Amino acid sequence: MHKDLEEYSGKLPPKILAEIEEKCPVSKIKKVVKKVYDEYSAAQVDAGEAVGLISAESIGEPGTQMTLNTFHYAGVAEMNVTMGLPRIIEILDGRKSIATPQMEIFLKAPYNKGKDIKELALQIKETQFEELVAEYALNIVDLRIEIKLKSDKLKEIDMTPGAVAKALEKGLSNDAAIKQAGDTITLQLATKDETKALNSLYRLKEKSKEVYIKGIKGVSQILPVKRKEEFIIITAGSNLKKLFELEFVDTERTTTNDVYEISEVLGVEAARQAIMDEVFKVIETQGLNVDIRHIMLVADTMTVSGEVKGITRYGVVSEKASVLARASFETPIKHVINAALKGEVDQLNSVVENVMLNQIVPVGTGLPQLVSKRAKEEKQKEK
Amino acid sequence: MAPRKKKEEAALVETAALTPALETPAAAPEITKIEKTQFSRERMDSVAHFVYKHVNSIVFGVLSPKMIKKMASAKIVTPELYDKEGYPVDGGLMDVRLGVIDPGLRCKTCSSKLKECIGHFGYIELARPVVHVKFVRIIQLLLKATCKECSRLMISQEKWTKAKSHLERIEREEGPEARRLAVKALIEGAKSGGKCPHCKAKQAKVLIEKPTTFIEGDRRISPIEVRARLEKIPDDDIELFGLNPKTARPEWMILTILPIPPVTVRPSITLETGERSEDDLTHKLGDIVRINQRLFENINAGAPEIIIEDLWDLLQYHVTTFFDNSIAQLPPARHRSGQPLKTITERIKSKEGRIRHNLAGKRTNFCARTVISPDPMIALDEVGVPKIIVMKLTVPETVNEWNLEYLKKFVANGPGKYPGSNYVIRPDGKRKKITDETKEATLEEIQPGYVVERHVMDGDIALFNRQPSLHRMSLMCHRVKVLPGRTLRLNPAVCNPYNADFDGDEMNLHIPQTEESRAEAEVLMEVQTQLVSPRYGLSVIGCIQDAISGNYLLTKRAVMTPELAMFILASVGVTDFTRIHGKKKVTGKEVFSVLLPTDFNFTGASRNGEQVIVKNGNLIEGTIDTKTIGGEGEGLLLRSLHQHYGPEITIKILHKIFRMGIEYLFNLGFSTGIADEDLPDEARAQINQLLTHAQEDVTQMIAQFHEGALEIFPGRTMRETLELKILERLNKARNACGQVIKSHISDANQAAVMILSGARGSITSLIQMSACVGQQALRGKRIEKGYRGRTLSCFKRDDLSPEARGFIIHSFKQGINPKEFFFHAITGRDALMDTALRTPKSGYLYRRLANAMQDLRVEYDGTVRDANGRIIQFSYGEDGIDVSRSESGSLDVKRIIDNTE
Repeated sequence: MHKDLEEYSGKLPPKILAEIEEKCPVSKIKKVVKKVYDEYSAAQVDAGEAVGLISAESIGEPGTQMTLNTFHYAGVAEMNVTMGLPRIIEILDGRKSIATPQMEIFLKAPYNKGKDIKELALQIKETQFEELVAEYALNIVDLRIEIKLKSDKLKEIDMTPGAVAKALEKGLSNDAAIKQAGDTITLQLATKDETKALNSLYRLKEKSKEVYIKGIKGVSQILPVKRKEEFIIITAGSNLKKLFELEFVDTERTTTNDVYEISEVLGVEAARQAIMDEVFKVIETQGLNVDIRHIMLVADTMTVSGEVKGITRYGVVSEKASVLARASFETPIKHVINAALKGEVDQLNSVVENVMLNQIVPVGTGLPQLVSKRAKEEKQKEK
Repeated sequence: MAPRKKKEEAALVETAALTPALETPAAAPEITKIEKTQFSRERMDSVAHFVYKHVNSIVFGVLSPKMIKKMASAKIVTPELYDKEGYPVDGGLMDVRLGVIDPGLRCKTCSSKLKECIGHFGYIELARPVVHVKFVRIIQLLLKATCKECSRLMISQEKWTKAKSHLERIEREEGPEARRLAVKALIEGAKSGGKCPHCKAKQAKVLIEKPTTFIEGDRRISPIEVRARLEKIPDDDIELFGLNPKTARPEWMILTILPIPPVTVRPSITLETGERSEDDLTHKLGDIVRINQRLFENINAGAPEIIIEDLWDLLQYHVTTFFDNSIAQLPPARHRSGQPLKTITERIKSKEGRIRHNLAGKRTNFCARTVISPDPMIALDEVGVPKIIVMKLTVPETVNEWNLEYLKKFVANGPGKYPGSNYVIRPDGKRKKITDETKEATLEEIQPGYVVERHVMDGDIALFNRQPSLHRMSLMCHRVKVLPGRTLRLNPAVCNPYNADFDGDEMNLHIPQTEESRAEAEVLMEVQTQLVSPRYGLSVIGCIQDAISGNYLLTKRAVMTPELAMFILASVGVTDFTRIHGKKKVTGKEVFSVLLPTDFNFTGASRNGEQVIVKNGNLIEGTIDTKTIGGEGEGLLLRSLHQHYGPEITIKILHKIFRMGIEYLFNLGFSTGIADEDLPDEARAQINQLLTHAQEDVTQMIAQFHEGALEIFPGRTMRETLELKILERLNKARNACGQVIKSHISDANQAAVMILSGARGSITSLIQMSACVGQQALRGKRIEKGYRGRTLSCFKRDDLSPEARGFIIHSFKQGINPKEFFFHAITGRDALMDTALRTPKSGYLYRRLANAMQDLRVEYDGTVRDANGRIIQFSYGEDGIDVSRSESGSLDVKRIIDNTE
């Protein structure tokens, strides 16, 4: 770094310093950095600024202009994703399961060239037993189901009938005994209770359809896409934890749009970033302009506690210290009753309570207070 | 001495205001010594500017019977309200000791008049105790967890000590609700043997039946019994449940004494007929008192147990509905007309309830509201106010030696002559109305110390607002300009931040009444301080509509005589013509440049991508359009002016630019008509060819689809692929039409001028008007719904052709046929529904965000913290930059480098 810049290394954000170094001819660096620093100081926020409310306004106001269209096709070769206002609501609610989970899987160097991309993708897709079945034959007398497998499908997912039988065993071991011979798998019903046997046989058939065989649980669709120079895989359904176990996945770039899952797998900091990215993505596609700082502040309030909390009465709002502030949001009676039981004391140091009491609000110009010594005390001291 | 619980909502707040030392009970006795007059309204008014009382904190708790008696000023014994003369009965619900609601009467407790007395509580002694509905669940938990014999917590000593720290941790981390659940789990685990670990007594299950009855085993336990058990629970055990025994002893949750809210909380209304109509709460209380009396009588008379039980249950019902009349299992208590009573819970709850309606939302005096209309002649930071409004709104001015004569003139004019005054306030706080009769006397009377409420005049400060106030720019400070007419006037350039138009919009005007508020409004809220949006750091206020078209035409290639140039500049308010002096012909660019400061440099782009260069205040190259002077995040030239010269100068230049656009159009003449949508024959032919071509292609695709020869997109079915391909093809055709139109329009076409300058409309709307309306899409797909397999009965089943699936091939000018009209109506309805559904959804999201984040603020150390002092961000936005002081969210380093020598 240039020595004139070094002087400012603690005072200016590294991003700005880097920009100066890159763009500025060395001859005027000293003057430039001084000017930048002056402007930077002038652009600082004032103490007391109600930044939270400004952020809320900045996200809430364009909300009225967003479309409600749940689905959005971003071109021919993309999948359906929830977009627009419903998506923003979904993210800020901090929901544990979202409407359209989706992963973008980046691949490690040799795999991302597009060779065998289809095979890789098929490894990721969840295969359920039903997809492999060519024919069900129910033997009512012996309480048995004989199943013929599709051999071409088996080849596609690279499995032998024996392996399929093993997977079935895992899923159905309590209900049936599994035998395999060639392309045929036989399920022998475990219960001996004659009266219920027929019913359970049918139930077994239905249950067997959903048994997990191969791939990553939850991934229902796959779509290999070329993005810039490399191939990536887009999926419907999300399961990062299992995915990261695969060796060809680039764990550093692969993401999901499920914020809760990110917080579980990668931690809160990652979740915070995910909230920012996801909200920003929606706002951007709607053609709106909101500064990232506002989204950042929302993401921060949602994640300060160390876990993702929604902007709801159960999440962020429930953490407020003030009884009246909570009561003014939703379910006032509940909050007042609980406060009474606990003998809570409202210290009146946030906004609404003071509005309620017609007192000065402790933000902005309401923040500074005069401190003065009282004449009486002075005199007493003198004595 | 703290106000307790939610039993009385209005009174809670009132009491709070009157009890300054709420959190220090020791200070309480002192208050009573303070002279009564100090609390009177008159005195409070006269010192209104001086904050002399401040609520520090509010303690919540449950009222104990002792407390109820202590704060009561009357015992209520009779359900009668008034005697024959219509005077409140002693010991009745409208007892004069509970406060006054009739003019002329004096309160027997505090001897003050109507509006001065805030009311006093009373109480009823209940013949038998009843359960408070809102505490039923916690009572059940306590009963379940404690022994029926010894009332000890059913946990052995060593477990108890262990559990206590564990519970405290849970409460700290997850809150009281989670703690209660944990206690529940603890109790469940502890009493597995069904025996008390202390006295070995056998326990039975405690259940709640309906809203308020407790069942133990198969026996009903009466509130008396419940109360007796709760009484015996030691304080230490109570703390385990997260209750504070000092503010909420469990036995207080069974009511033996019921507080009666003051009459001021439940005023009666006198109808025109002279009949009195009582408040819902009074009705309910009447029921309670009546049943209570009967219960007393029956008990004293030794009536059979069944009758007493029935009356007891009835009393319980009335007390329950007094607190909450919308409990699921109970039939709500009703008026004779059948409409349910509004009791305490209903008063507090929901949007129209006390908290959100009256406490978190306030109403103001000194405000006005009417229809707005535009006036480009007034400055951006002015608001035109009609005379009738100006003569009602006032500004208080304190009389002193120097302004005595000045203010006397207002008094002399009186309320009927502008500029006059409406009221004079004496130093003792008495407000005196000025009329033509009292004018002379007041004139004699006023002296320093008086306050004159004079009419609003030009230059006074006013706050101007339009709902919905989604922004901080929805409420800005303007200067009053008194104008004839009956509407509020604003400069059309400030429509953007308010999101206002003039199709009947109404706006509000407020006149600040104190010096502090005026100063704050002027410094923080004036229009010029709000030029840059805190949402994206670009200009929100800019030229709109004709102002843009005008400047576009002016700067594009206009050349004019110096006389005309001077005329335009003069009408804009420029008097210095030296910059165009001595020229034979003046270009539009030169005229525009006159408005810019001579040391201004700017490089930007216009809408069509051409460079716009301003050097030393001269527009050298490029055309001015929305990208340079528009509002809502577009006008970069404006942003640059703001950066260099500050808000004051920018807003003046903006006003001139705006006026000049309009003046130029006045001179040129500007209007659009249906002829602007005409196309030359060759263009028409091209478009027709494009559309037929597209149709042929689509027919071919459909044929391919039926043969099964269509190439499938990955992850799609063939049907889906076909749909996508058709949509793509038809869109392409329409866009091609756009290209044809673009090549055929010129500046002679006024509709095109508006589109090209970005003033109004888009190329799409021009395509729709003159070439082809295009595909009507429903949820991103072609229209499919309707009859089985077809959209309208006139089509063949499974007809996939464009015209059967909502493609409108005609233009609006050509006229669309009935089928097309129908499809257009479908999407039109869908768009309407979308807006109707979106508004409440986004409104709720906004409310939640605002509520969750309203108390985040930047501290003096630069961190962002919430009201608890918890750090949310160490530096706001990671670099501490205020978006409204940035250029689109960052510092423009490149600009600084370029500007440095």
